[in-house]
Amino acid sequence: MQKDTEVRLGHGSGGAMMKRLIDDLFLDEFSDEAALPGDDAGVVPLGGERIAMSTDSFVVTPQFFPGGDIGRLAVCGTVNDVATSGAQVKYLSCGFVLEEGYPMDKLRQIVRTMAQTAAEAGVSIVTGDTKVVERGHADGVFINTAGVGLVPAGVNLSGRNCRPGDKVLVSGTLGDHGICIISQREGLAFSTTLTTDAAPLNHLIAAVLEAAPHTRAFRDPTRGGLASTLNEFAEASGVDIVVAEDDVPVRDEVRGACEMLGYDVFQVANEGKMVAVVPADEADAALAAMRASRYGENAAIIGEVCEPACESGHTVRLKTAFGSTRILDMLVGEQLPRIC
Amino acid sequence: MCLAVPSQITSLDDNGMAQVSVMGVTRPCSVRLVPDAKVGDFVLVHAGFAIQRIEEQDARETLALLEEMPDLLGDEVPTPDEAQDSCATCA
Amino acid sequence: MDLKQFRDPKLAHELIELIGKICKGRTINLMEVCGTHTVSIGRYGLRSAMPEGLKLLSGPGCPVCVTSNHDIDCAIAMTRVPDAIVATFGDMIRVPGSTTTLGAEKAQGADVRVVYGPLDALDIARKSPTRPVIFIGVGFETTTPVVGSAVQMACEEGLSNFYLYCAHKSTAPALAAIANDPDTRVDGFILPGHVSTVTGLAPYEFLARDFKTPGVVTGFEPVDILSGVARLVAMVAEGTPRIENAYGRGVDNCGNLAAQKVIEDVFEPCDAVWRGLGPIPMSGLRLKGAYAAHDAMRAFSPEVEPTRETRGCRCGDVLRGIITPDQCPLFGRVCNPEQPTGPCMVSSEGSCAAYYRYREHN
Repeated sequence: MQKDTEVRLGHGSGGAMMKRLIDDLFLDEFSDEAALPGDDAGVVPLGGERIAMSTDSFVVTPQFFPGGDIGRLAVCGTVNDVATSGAQVKYLSCGFVLEEGYPMDKLRQIVRTMAQTAAEAGVSIVTGDTKVVERGHADGVFINTAGVGLVPAGVNLSGRNCRPGDKVLVSGTLGDHGICIISQREGLAFSTTLTTDAAPLNHLIAAVLEAAPHTRAFRDPTRGGLASTLNEFAEASGVDIVVAEDDVPVRDEVRGACEMLGYDVFQVANEGKMVAVVPADEADAALAAMRASRYGENAAIIGEVCEPACESGHTVRLKTAFGSTRILDMLVGEQLPRIC
Repeated sequence: MCLAVPSQITSLDDNGMAQVSVMGVTRPCSVRLVPDAKVGDFVLVHAGFAIQRIEEQDARETLALLEEMPDLLGDEVPTPDEAQDSCATCA
Repeated sequence: MDLKQFRDPKLAHELIELIGKICKGRTINLMEVCGTHTVSIGRYGLRSAMPEGLKLLSGPGCPVCVTSNHDIDCAIAMTRVPDAIVATFGDMIRVPGSTTTLGAEKAQGADVRVVYGPLDALDIARKSPTRPVIFIGVGFETTTPVVGSAVQMACEEGLSNFYLYCAHKSTAPALAAIANDPDTRVDGFILPGHVSTVTGLAPYEFLARDFKTPGVVTGFEPVDILSGVARLVAMVAEGTPRIENAYGRGVDNCGNLAAQKVIEDVFEPCDAVWRGLGPIPMSGLRLKGAYAAHDAMRAFSPEVEPTRETRGCRCGDVLRGIITPDQCPLFGRVCNPEQPTGPCMVSSEGSCAAYYRYREHN
């Protein structure tokens, strides 16, 4: 099959195409032993300590959607990515690419949201950059944020740590953010009371780490959904993961929207949710800590890590209520509404 | 080819358009193809059009039949030796 | 309305046992001709639950998969009509034509928009009255009256910039082609659910009458499918071929008369080329009468590239039930959902995609 000669939308959707772009192009050129590719944050030594760094760019349109805006995503996304390393997130940078003509009052609203969200997360935005491009060259506002924090000694979280017998947890209902955004898109518009669930989860992560100090990994199931995250873990750790479909918390409205459009809820993007892999003997404590945290009230244990069923694969499987099992693949391209 | 979702009609206008709801998510839907649909009815919706009214009664009857099926069918079926060979599509 | 009982594992298990009992000592081939059935069968692991001797074959039931390369090339050619907006169901975006896809053309700057249904395309036409809006129409009888209604609405409103590229097809001619095919042996048909919602049972009567083959209209939940299979194998065993309706809650035996009328008013049958089955007379549809003014091919006659079939791709044989997807040499390694060679792997309902997605590990 011919290699891609151009960038496609599918390269940004968090699934297999994006992974190929990262592996075949970015990592190929950037390979550096200090970096640990594959985890959400890069953990590197600095001045005798270890720092975790992460960066994320936010290009969502519309910029304003039920329950939030791009500013909230911009802070939460990076805070959460850094926090998955176990680091205490302290400082963010933010860079704006603004389109000529973008209304100033909307920009102020976005920045205000960023300040409020940063305060909630307990982080400071300490440096930034602003560029303006001509009308038509950016969808209103693009925001990049980067974050740093110190990783405490002895904390070594990574997608490579999962072992057979570990339990898989999610901090709440899946699909809320993705469906909320889709409901605003032209041509697909439907009404729902769903709001985005974007939220800073660094406090939740800290609580889980305290209750379950041997937690293997955290990851936020953003683009590509739970399926992408679990497949990344399975591949990085060389294991299989089995999820019980009935144990995964999903709001009725999200289910309804997915049925209507023919979407797979396991591949829908989330924002304010965290996946954790925890040793079996600490799973109940981790669950309790999640449920006691803000944003974690619907947390659940949804599956477990197993020995790989065959040597070549690391697969993620879904057990249906019906008793059958199907493979949960990574998203390919983008999810599109279908008639078939 | 047949993705059609059971949805409930929550409102109707005079122009053949309705709002339908699936588990709390609502969307506009044309009822041109089911002109006698009413608010509260359940309909199958395909690509933005209702194509059939679903009667709860039908669902119940089907389930009742299914439960009896093993009794209805089980005894009547001849074994391969008893039956004539019925190879349907071979010449 | 609670339809959960149609997923009840206990009831399903009883039906599987019953099917096993009836099938003992027999070899029976059943074919499903609806892509949504293929997906359901895969999702619920029903294929491997069937007793030895009973094979469930996937037929030409995915309208995207049976769309010929030429038809796809024509749809793609529409993106080159000056100032045109091409509106399409999501299913078609990644389907390969001879050299490219609608998705690739979109990446190159063509105005291609994915819509949930034709009403959204009408909306686009209203909002951009000076630009031609060309809707790519694919689908069997479930979708045909929906698209036909949109064409009627465009006519009623005087929305002269709304056009249809019509690649719709009818199900019955494909069934006849399969029944007549000497390479395929089918003892019974699992008949499509929502196509039958529109057509009713009449189009299938010829199967029982002329080919002595039974057919059961079946719904999509696992219990629906198993009950359809049970009825079919019973009829095969008894030698009493009939056409039956096991999806009473979704299908009236006479079908949806309003929908049938729309098809009749807006379209007329024409010859069509099916991937895998080849040309089948009077199996396609085209706009007729006053509605022909909205026919995109007639209005624009765009230049269409010469058709090229992909070498090695055996979608055609998969569609006829001659081989199962895993018997295609390209399956999995060369052709997979990430790098699809043929439409059967691209379409979410294509047999190959369903096989790949729902491959079961022991």
